[in-house]
Amino acid sequence: MPALCRDCLATFEAGSRCPECLGVRVISHPELFDLTIAHMDCDAFYASVEKRDNPELRNKPVIIGGGRRGVVSTACYIARIAGVRSAMPMFQALKLCPNAVVLRPRGEAYAKASRAIRDMMSKLTPDVEPLSLDEAFMDLSGTAKLHGAPPAMMLARLVKQMETELGLTGSIGLSHNKFLAKLASDLDKPRGFAVIGKAETASFLHDRPVSMIWGVGATTRQALEAAGIRRFSDLLQWEKQDLAARFGNMGERLWHLARGQDDRRVSPHAPVKSISKETTFEEDISDPELLDGHLWRLAEQVADRAKAKGLAGRVITLKLKRADHRQLTRRLSLPYPTQLADRIYRISNKLLALVNDTGPWRLIGVGIGGLCPGEYAHSGADLLDPQAVKRAGAELATDRIRARYGQDAIRKGRSLR
Amino acid sequence: MKISIERAALLKAVSQAQSVVERRNTIPILANVLIEAESEAISLRATDLDIEVVDKASAQVVRAGATTVNAVLLHEIVRKLPDGALVMLSDDPASGRLSVEAGRSRFSLATLPREDFPVMASSEYESNFSVAAPVLRRLFDKSKFAISHEETRYYLNGVYLHVAEGEGGKVLRAVATDGHRLARIDAPLPEGAENMPGVIVPRKTVAELGKLLADDDTEIAVSVSETKVRFATPDITLTSKVIDGTFPDYTRVIPTGNTRKLEVDASDFAKAVDRVATVSSERSRAVKMALDEDRLVLSVNAPDSGAAEEELAVAYGDEPLEIGFNAKYLLEIASQVDRENAVFMFNSAGDPTLMREGNDTSAVYVVMPMRV
Repeated sequence: MPALCRDCLATFEAGSRCPECLGVRVISHPELFDLTIAHMDCDAFYASVEKRDNPELRNKPVIIGGGRRGVVSTACYIARIAGVRSAMPMFQALKLCPNAVVLRPRGEAYAKASRAIRDMMSKLTPDVEPLSLDEAFMDLSGTAKLHGAPPAMMLARLVKQMETELGLTGSIGLSHNKFLAKLASDLDKPRGFAVIGKAETASFLHDRPVSMIWGVGATTRQALEAAGIRRFSDLLQWEKQDLAARFGNMGERLWHLARGQDDRRVSPHAPVKSISKETTFEEDISDPELLDGHLWRLAEQVADRAKAKGLAGRVITLKLKRADHRQLTRRLSLPYPTQLADRIYRISNKLLALVNDTGPWRLIGVGIGGLCPGEYAHSGADLLDPQAVKRAGAELATDRIRARYGQDAIRKGRSLR
Repeated sequence: MKISIERAALLKAVSQAQSVVERRNTIPILANVLIEAESEAISLRATDLDIEVVDKASAQVVRAGATTVNAVLLHEIVRKLPDGALVMLSDDPASGRLSVEAGRSRFSLATLPREDFPVMASSEYESNFSVAAPVLRRLFDKSKFAISHEETRYYLNGVYLHVAEGEGGKVLRAVATDGHRLARIDAPLPEGAENMPGVIVPRKTVAELGKLLADDDTEIAVSVSETKVRFATPDITLTSKVIDGTFPDYTRVIPTGNTRKLEVDASDFAKAVDRVATVSSERSRAVKMALDEDRLVLSVNAPDSGAAEEELAVAYGDEPLEIGFNAKYLLEIASQVDRENAVFMFNSAGDPTLMREGNDTSAVYVVMPMRV
């Protein structure tokens, strides 16, 4: 059985200890050098970046998240021992781990680290599909000749390089499709390397819960449980058409996934479907003036993003969350796509007025969907709003000033609210 | 209640009623139609709480009474009954069922008590007048395409019907706009309409009204108050709340200083626009009009699907001009022209353009250009 040492990258025939360096971080699997679809997931990415940049934090529990009211976006492995998890409300996390160091996310630092990792991945294969800043699929089919080494070797080299050059660790899942690769990367975290081969796919899945499937959230899980489906083995009892009849498109996908089948390609240019920004308040807000300021800043961020990506959207979405976490969204389709902050702001403001509820709210978000290339964006001209064209012109002039003299060179008074 | 009625008469009455009923609603009784039988006629009443329609049909009433039954269901049944059938409706208060019998078909339908049926409060109308159906039809048909669907601008979700100062004195005027195009249609002011308050007639009411106006010979009795509007024929009465809002001052939207005049056969123009727009994608619906001495070139350039061009002989004597419009908007206003040539009045590529039929100013349209 082929084996690979993840420390010195030596290859050999079986054994649990590396014959070269005597290390124990050995991965061996009959199909090790034949599998080509990988999923790389960084370990506690945000927290790891913080620990790298500030070595004093190394042995302390670190939680990254937004303020007292926010939720945990990442917890380091020390904090995880105390039971802290991502998406957990901050107060709960601090109850579990009172001595944790809580840090505000530093988006720029993470984006920079993410770009560096992405550069490394793209040297392995052009088919890199990022899912977020800290994880990506890679398809290394047909690269063995080019690199003179099988995918498994290149992936081990990648994470080793990430550790030495960037001071960040990641876990690799290697299999024969995206679904299994993603499952695999989670099996051996942190600093993991897990392989799911074709031969053991069925037995691997058999007793595992269907909630492992990416995209099966609480709602789908409940629906599946109502149908008596909790494990992959339960799914195998169902005919394809019965699953499709009960769960729609998802049903058919489940049928294939239960058999470890997933023919989705690793697509490097997955199109952006929407652009949105949201903010959770330090304290619940019902003051319309304060909300107005937030709305403007969010609209401006969404517009900036759309302009930077050369996109425009024709659906404006407003998202609100009440104090008790109940969420509501309102959306409006425009006759023409837009990328103007002014338009996004005005529409979301009207949507907020239509909600006809003073809150208080704990979160507000603004987004655009129905995206198309930016050149189709409308000028903003409106028969009933003669000022709209002028405001659009002012916004474009503002953008030019900001591009030249910095983001804060010119601001609307509204943004200071 | 027990009545017999011809299938055709019942179908006509029930089809108008069921179209008012909202398909999705949370109040069960609003899905029902109220059937009231008295002397030699029955009336069918349906409402969505904003619009109420009452249809009368002559019937043989054996036993007077009233009940309510699901409107869509009754409509489906009557529609499927054979032509010329005589339909018997009778309710059984004990079982709470309405039986529908025709030939050998028998149906038994669930009912809800008539007392629960919301009847729209009657109101005082400030203005009552009568208009021939074709006049009213023109006002609404030629303006309704411009009604806005944007719910944040709810005051644009209807046709603004009001009295205005036209070129030759006071007129009855219908205006609709969505901010991208506008339609302004005038009709001679009917006697008794002088003091009519301006009202915004909701889109759904305009659609329902179409059925009352189908027959050219009908005189429509119109009643208007600040909050309601009523249209009535001898058989049908349509009462609707009006949109509670202020219609924007549209007069400053209509350009008066546009001097570049294009005259073109409306039907040739519409067909050509339709042809070139075939290649336009959902994303960019822009049609470019390039004007030069008696020559118009229509073109579409959609990077993701292709390009198209067509030349038309027109009457144009001004400086060359290139201007772009949404293809759908151009088609919609061009199709309003049915007798004479379409006349476009331009200013610049960035300013609103005016369109009318020949020299007739009783129907004018404004459309906003878009970048091309």
